[in-house]
Amino acid sequence: MKNAVSIKNLTLQAGDFNLGAIDLDLAEKEYFVLMGATGSGKSLLLKALCGLHPIKSGNIVLSGKDVTALPPRLRKIAYVPQNSGLFPHLNVIRNISFSLEVGGMSFKKAKHAIEEIVTLLGIEDLLERAPSTLSGGERQKVALARTLVMKPNVLLLDEPVSAVDEPTRKEICNDLIQVKDRIGIATIHVCHSKEEAACVADSVAVMHDGKIISRGTMDELCRQHENPVIKRLLDL
Amino acid sequence: MLYLATHGVTWSDFSELLRDKEVISAIKLSVGTSLITLVLVILVAVPSGYALSRCRFPIPAFFNTLVDIPLILPPVVLGLSLLAIFGTPAGMWIRRTLQSYDIELVSAVGIVMCQFLVSVSYCIRAAKASFDEVDSRLEDVSLTLGCTPFQCFRRVTLPLARNGLIAGCVMAWARAIGVFGPLMVFVGTSARVQVMPTAMWLELSIGNIEKAFVIALIMVAIAGSALILVHWLVPGRKWS
Repeated sequence: MKNAVSIKNLTLQAGDFNLGAIDLDLAEKEYFVLMGATGSGKSLLLKALCGLHPIKSGNIVLSGKDVTALPPRLRKIAYVPQNSGLFPHLNVIRNISFSLEVGGMSFKKAKHAIEEIVTLLGIEDLLERAPSTLSGGERQKVALARTLVMKPNVLLLDEPVSAVDEPTRKEICNDLIQVKDRIGIATIHVCHSKEEAACVADSVAVMHDGKIISRGTMDELCRQHENPVIKRLLDL
Repeated sequence: MLYLATHGVTWSDFSELLRDKEVISAIKLSVGTSLITLVLVILVAVPSGYALSRCRFPIPAFFNTLVDIPLILPPVVLGLSLLAIFGTPAGMWIRRTLQSYDIELVSAVGIVMCQFLVSVSYCIRAAKASFDEVDSRLEDVSLTLGCTPFQCFRRVTLPLARNGLIAGCVMAWARAIGVFGPLMVFVGTSARVQVMPTAMWLELSIGNIEKAFVIALIMVAIAGSALILVHWLVPGRKWS
């Protein structure tokens, strides 16, 4: 079976920070959580996967297709940044239909095309609102809907629940599980929280100083008491 | 207004002065040339401002100085610079080429050149500041959502920078319509190149104070309107 994501020997540099070499494989529909302290290179890795940050060496293969040299728009990777990245000059429905309209679909057709995702995430009542009037949780749901309507090969979530309260975090995690079950898309989810990772992850990896130092299920990682980085990160 | 009222200028005198052929001609030439200048300024300032905001130049100080020079040079020196440029072999060639199409520099063309030189830096600076304020993460997101770099600019960057850009354009236009020093040096004061500032100065120099004040009032009104528009557009109208 083809991997949804296959990263081989990926290295990059951002100022003085060096990332890699990273080797990572994700199966189809796998929900992968990447944990690590601030500045460990998690967000940078996501940007490199999207094509938003140049890499020094390595290959990125998505569903059997080498996308290393492709621009972001041709990779079919959906990316939700830390602050949700909603376009403030567009209302919610225009945000969600953005990728479809960019692709040449009329707004009328796009409205139909987004119905399923909007219903799945329960945001029907938000469609006419401006992003600035949404709560943190609502913003993340809209951002998620916006990426899912483009039917991506891979979904990248950069700390999607970092700026919300506990009930909202649980609600969004439930939404993510629903998306995983219903749509089944390979996902890389960056977070700091052990509870969040345990809630959604099929597999978890820990990143430290630009390298992936361990990978396994949440239970397997929790057994690695001897590793001080993992011990500190997972509060073991 | 107070000056005119206290010097016996009645409303009918004032409206008669407003209908004066020379005044109307100066207004028409000022507005016409400044609007052409505005179009040219937009064509240059928007891409330049975007490049200054987003691109990394090898010697940033050089490019920033190049943009800022017209802001700090005395206006008369700008006019002299234009004279110098058109005195060089390249400038002479441009002049001859224009003449072969019956286009003289001492005409609306020269006025537009002076207005452009004086106002373009304002608009570039305003454009750069506007583009700086656009969150580059939003541009990144748009690229992952299928935008080409141009679509990203048109659908995300430009709408988000819109208010600042419009304000910059209005300021540049107001600056262009009020340009005086470079015009005196580069195109002179002959009747066919009289815009409002030069017409006002000429009226003053021959002692026609009332007419000079009428033109000045029109310029104050234009500048005031421009400022009101800028203040209406810029503060408190951010998107988020």
